[in-house]
Amino acid sequence: MSGDEVLAALICMAGGFTGGIVGVGGGVLFVPALTIFIGLTQVEGESTSLLMIVIVALIGAIRQNSYGNVNVRNAIIIGVLSPLGVLIGVAIANHVSERALQLSFAALALFIAYRLIRRAMAAPA
Amino acid sequence: MPADPALPSHPVLKLAAIGTLAGAFSGLFGVGGGTVIVPLLIFWFGYGERLATGTSLAAIVLIGLLGAIAQGGIYGNVHVVTALLLAVPAVIGVVIGTAVQQRISQRMVSILFAALLIGIAIELVLK
Repeated sequence: MSGDEVLAALICMAGGFTGGIVGVGGGVLFVPALTIFIGLTQVEGESTSLLMIVIVALIGAIRQNSYGNVNVRNAIIIGVLSPLGVLIGVAIANHVSERALQLSFAALALFIAYRLIRRAMAAPA
Repeated sequence: MPADPALPSHPVLKLAAIGTLAGAFSGLFGVGGGTVIVPLLIFWFGYGERLATGTSLAAIVLIGLLGAIAQGGIYGNVHVVTALLLAVPAVIGVVIGTAVQQRISQRMVSILFAALLIGIAIELVLK
């Protein structure tokens, strides 16, 4: 194993850990690990990351289910209907500047972060 | 640690909206569905953080599976061996992450999620 491969493995472990803690797939770390340290192109990295996300989310969901933290029915409804949204999203993305999209999502992410922190501070410990 | 109380059944339309929005955001911004699903389950359905993140992971299995089949089947861009090899440390990470999550407060989960969102926002602005 080369140094780059060890780094990629460590970043992917951090991605899985992040996914387990906050309920995301981990792609936010898998993609840079695959493109920067393994040398895949952006498209290959994102596609390969998807397969990793499926495996990681499956094991994570099984663990969370054993802790009593999964509503399986609702998860299936959300998952099955998401491809419709992907089509809508891709269609919009083709008509709006990428920079505008990036900045608007950044603004939205900051707003949600603010709401979550405000809610967490207001809640009893 | 006790799980959240039993859930009432939720309107399918709201769930459909979350699924569609999660898909649309991933189509629009290239971010995974989880960044959208978790806050929407918390704010719209009043889920606790653990239930929101667990349900999000289960939904992501389906979302990712559909996406990976499309990418792998149609475009052949998935490096399967690389994915399987790097999935090993990633799975170790998620098992540790879910275990740690059961031992921290739900409030802390919210704050960590907010930190992730701030990181994503910074990355998008710097792109």
